Formats: sequence, C-alpha cells, structure tokens
Amino acid sequence: MSPPRKLPVAILGTGNIGTDLLLKVLRSPILECRLFAGRNLSSPGMTKASLLSVPVSAKGIDSIRALQGQVELVFDATSAEDHLKHAPLFEKMGVVAVDLTPAKVGRMCVPAVNLADCLDQSNVNMITCGGQASIPLAWAVAQANTGVEYIETVSSIASRSAGPATRINLDEYLLTTETGLQTFAGCPRTKAILNLNPAQPCIHMQTTVMAKIKNPDLARTREKVDAMVAVIRKYVPGYQLTLPPMLEGGRLVIMVRVDGLGDHLPRYAGNLDIINCAAIAFAEARAYGR
Amino acid sequence: MPDKPSITVCDATLRDGSHAYSHQITMEQVRTYATAAEAAGFSFLEVGHGNGLGASSLQVGESLVPEGEMLRAAKACLHRTKLSVHVIPGFATIQRDIAGALEAGVELFRVGCHCTEGDITQRHLGHVRAAGREAWGVLMMSHMVSKEVLLEEAKKMQSYGAQGVVLMDSAGAYFPSDVTQKIGLLADRLEVPVGFHAHNNLGLSIANSLAALEAGARIIDGTAKGFGAGAGNAPLELLAAVLRQRGYAVNLDLYKALDAADVAGKLFAGSLPDPSGITIVSGLAGVFSGFAKPVQRASAQLGVDPRDVFFELGRRKVVGGQEDIILQVASELARQTPSKTIQPPAS
Repeated sequence: MSPPRKLPVAILGTGNIGTDLLLKVLRSPILECRLFAGRNLSSPGMTKASLLSVPVSAKGIDSIRALQGQVELVFDATSAEDHLKHAPLFEKMGVVAVDLTPAKVGRMCVPAVNLADCLDQSNVNMITCGGQASIPLAWAVAQANTGVEYIETVSSIASRSAGPATRINLDEYLLTTETGLQTFAGCPRTKAILNLNPAQPCIHMQTTVMAKIKNPDLARTREKVDAMVAVIRKYVPGYQLTLPPMLEGGRLVIMVRVDGLGDHLPRYAGNLDIINCAAIAFAEARAYGR
Repeated sequence: MPDKPSITVCDATLRDGSHAYSHQITMEQVRTYATAAEAAGFSFLEVGHGNGLGASSLQVGESLVPEGEMLRAAKACLHRTKLSVHVIPGFATIQRDIAGALEAGVELFRVGCHCTEGDITQRHLGHVRAAGREAWGVLMMSHMVSKEVLLEEAKKMQSYGAQGVVLMDSAGAYFPSDVTQKIGLLADRLEVPVGFHAHNNLGLSIANSLAALEAGARIIDGTAKGFGAGAGNAPLELLAAVLRQRGYAVNLDLYKALDAADVAGKLFAGSLPDPSGITIVSGLAGVFSGFAKPVQRASAQLGVDPRDVFFELGRRKVVGGQEDIILQVASELARQTPSKTIQPPAS
C-alpha cells in the first residue's frame, strides 16, 4: 500500500513562528509545504526557506490566493490585525485556516483537550503559547475538583524568544490567554501574567498554574494532571511537570517547564515550540482524517 | 551656598509598603496616610498593589481592597500632592487596568519593566500620554546591567513619550559609586528628568539617594519610615532632612514630613522594615525585595533555609514577577537536603 497523499499547506508569515513551523512541516510525514509567504525576501526566515528549497514569495496573502485549489490548509503566523483581514479570504478560497495569532476568529484549539471538536472547523485559533501550556492543566484541575473559584497562570520566557510582535501585543496575549482559561476550565475569574527574563544562558519557558478551590482534592488533581501531561508529551515532547500539584498559602500550584525541539530557535524557546506543535498536531490530525 | 535644583519627591509608601503588608492595606489606612502626605507636600503619592495596577494575584498576593476604590479614596484626600500609580506591562493591561485608573483621576503613570525590556512599555506610555496624563518610565532591577544598557532602554522610553525615567534599585544591591555612574550617565544624556528609587537591604538607601541627587537626579523616591518591600526604602523623613540640609529646593514642610512618618509608624506598626539576615542576603544575592515574604513563607513550609533560597534565586537571575520560582527553588532545595532526622547513622 502506498503512503497516504500529503496534505498541501502554505505558511503565511516568516518571523520566528512561521520559520519554526516550516521546519516542523518539512519533518511531517503527512504535510507538504507548497509555499512560504511573507513580505521580505531577505528576511532570515526567507533565506532559510530558500536554502531548504521551499518555494517562497514576498507577495504575502496575494501569493496564497494565487494557489487557489492547490493548497488545502494555511498556517497564518502574521498578526492578529492581519488575520482579521485574511480570515474571510481563506474562507472564500475554501482552505482551512490555522491561526497562530491572538485574533480569536475561529474555535480555540488545545489539542490535548478538544482536538476532535476542532477537526470539522474551517478556522481554528491556537490561542497563545502560555495558553497552550496552561489551559490543559487548568482543564485537568477543573475535572478533578468542584468549586474552582479562580484560575491564574504565569509564564516566564527568555527575552530572546520574544520577537517584536509579542512585545507590542502583551495586552492581547494576556486577554486571549485569560479568555482561553475561562472557556476551557469553565471558570469565570481568570488571570494571566507574562514575564520576560533576559538571563544568559536563556531561561527555558516556565509556566505555573494556580487556583483557588473551595475543597481541593489533591490526590485526584495529581492523577488528572499526570494523565494530561502524558497526553501533551505526545505532541510536545519537551513538556515536563516540574512541580506536581501542591497546596501552599491557600492556593493550588502546578508548574511545568517547556523545552523546545530546537528547530528554529534553541531549545530554551519552548514558547515557540508549544504553540507550533499544537498547530502541527491539528494539521496532521486533519490530514489523516481525510 | 550655590542655587541647587528643585527636586520632585515621590512618596511610594502606599505602593511599596503594600509588599511589606502582604497587600492588606485598608481604606482607612489609605485615607489617614494620604492626608498626612498631602500635609507634608510630597510631589506625588503612589498608591496600589506592590507590583502596581492589575497585580493583585495569587502569584504576588491578593489585595484586600479593589484598586479602584483605593485610588478614589486617596484622590479624595489629595490637592497639592498628585496621585500616581506603578504599571508593569505583563501584569496590567490598558483596557482592564489603565482605563480604570484614568477614570479614578490618577495624574501620573509610572510604567515599569525589567531593566532590559524597555520596548514593552511603548503602548502603555503612549496610551497615557494620548489620554493627556503624565507618564514616566521605570527601569526595575537596574543593578543587573551596565549603565550603557540602562541608557539605551531609558532612551527608548523617552522616545515613547516618557516625561521622566526612574532607576529602581529593586533589590537594594547598589553601592553609591554604582548610583553615581548610572544616574550620572542618564542625567547627562537624557532630555527628561532622571530619578532614583532606593531599597535599604545593605543599609545604603539614604547614601545612595544622596549620591543620585549629586549625580543629577531630579526625582527621588522614598517611603515613610522606609515602609516598603524587604528591608524597605529610603525613609522619607530622612530624605526630607537631607534635602534641606544640602540646600535642595523642595516644596516640603519639614515638620509635616516628620509627622507623616509618625503617622505611618502608628498605622503600620509591626510591619515596618526590620533588617534581618534574610533581607541582607536578599540584597547580596540581588533578588527583588518584594520576594522577602513569599520566600519566608515557602521556606517555613518546606523546611529550608530562606537564605539558601535567596542565593539560589540570585544564581538563577530571576526578575520581578517570577515569585512562582520561589516555590520551585524551595522544593528543589528540600529534596536535595534530606532532613537530619532521616539520615542514616554513620557506619
């Protein structure tokens, strides 16, 4: 039997996220990159793509539209503002949009939690890096306990892994992460915090989830969290539980560290890795499900 | 005596003191102290959670009083003295937090970030300026980088519209010669006034503040009785005395400034700075002063030496806002150091 036909995809946006995605798509047994599109042929991402013999274009969204009928899925790694303009165009082209910006146009997707519910969607949103790291834990906490009153997440990432778009969009990052926590954990009160740390050598992405729970069930929480970590590790191999659920100062605390695969940026950039691994997990499931 | 410049004195008692009070400052304490600060004639009174707007959290500690109420109560007591807040992007957002503070009548927004991350303050500074209020930039943990890096980050803030830039010695790790170099360069090269915010971990808060003034700082921060994170800040009553004795022009009433310290002494009795082995090690390790209480709490629960926790946090170069790492470090130390009672007998 011949292997299944690869799903033809395109990547729009050639920054850190787009370039890291490209390397992951090239490694995928079921995805094939037909175009790497941005605005500047001399950007580091474009140069890397050219060296890897991937077709590139500096004509951005127009070059994607010219591929009508030739690609079935587009990863949008531009900006929230741009994705709002791109989304209706992708819809008209009949391609699936995987949105890596905090634009929140389509259904929010955390593969470890709701992959199956997203497979029939024409636009899915990958929330934020901190959201991909924290929401599955918050969901596990909500499964294990009743009376979850409040959930908070704090992520610390290496300054070098935060590009200009991340820096200018901190407010959107916080808001989108908070909305994701509310939606998935069914908890109306949530908060997200993000720290940038310039230490050398670079710190690895670190995410903490804290919760206020009326009568916490620690044993059941540990069980649910362990099971969830095992599921995430299937598509984010560097996801590690560094502080199993514990109670301290009237709060439940869980900590994880995310090592990247070291594709585009070194392994400290777990933030880049986790959102892209989630996007690939969705795209591959979609490809196998055809 | 030659004419000395006029100095803007910022009273951070009701903001930095929040750290020393586990963020449990009451409305009554806000009103009583704000009235005393107004009488003393400090230029600004900063009010709110220790990490500023929107920072009430499980990570840093939850505030007893919602910040909107706190700000409105303080504002009602102030006339000459203007109301200011601390803002850290990554904690506070424009929509959720700055909008409310604008409504509450806050006159100055001090937008801070870790000392190497100036570009994350661009939108918040710009928003405040567009709203017609005063905005300054604040570089926190400024002991961690060179004066050249600080100048570069301060220039960014100036380009985003900051009308002043304050260097915070958030860890209380500076020596006077560091202050002279860093403040001196910024005062020389920036177009906007430069300020200094001291912590007293190594007992140098007043010496460092004076060094800042002599190097060209035109803004100086302090708190009544030094009421602030860790070993506290430069005591305002001492700053008032030093400014007067050195001939700086200030709009202060000395007696009323001394009285404000007495008011704070009564209001916050039992939580005033008390230099200890822990706050000294915190300064030596160069760790954010606000970590003192959570480090003590986690160390007690996990049975480790808080001084070891501080040195390890310093080694990991944690920044303000990373309080969660305290628990991780304390847990790791607890695992590494088996309790003496369970050690096998020597054979």
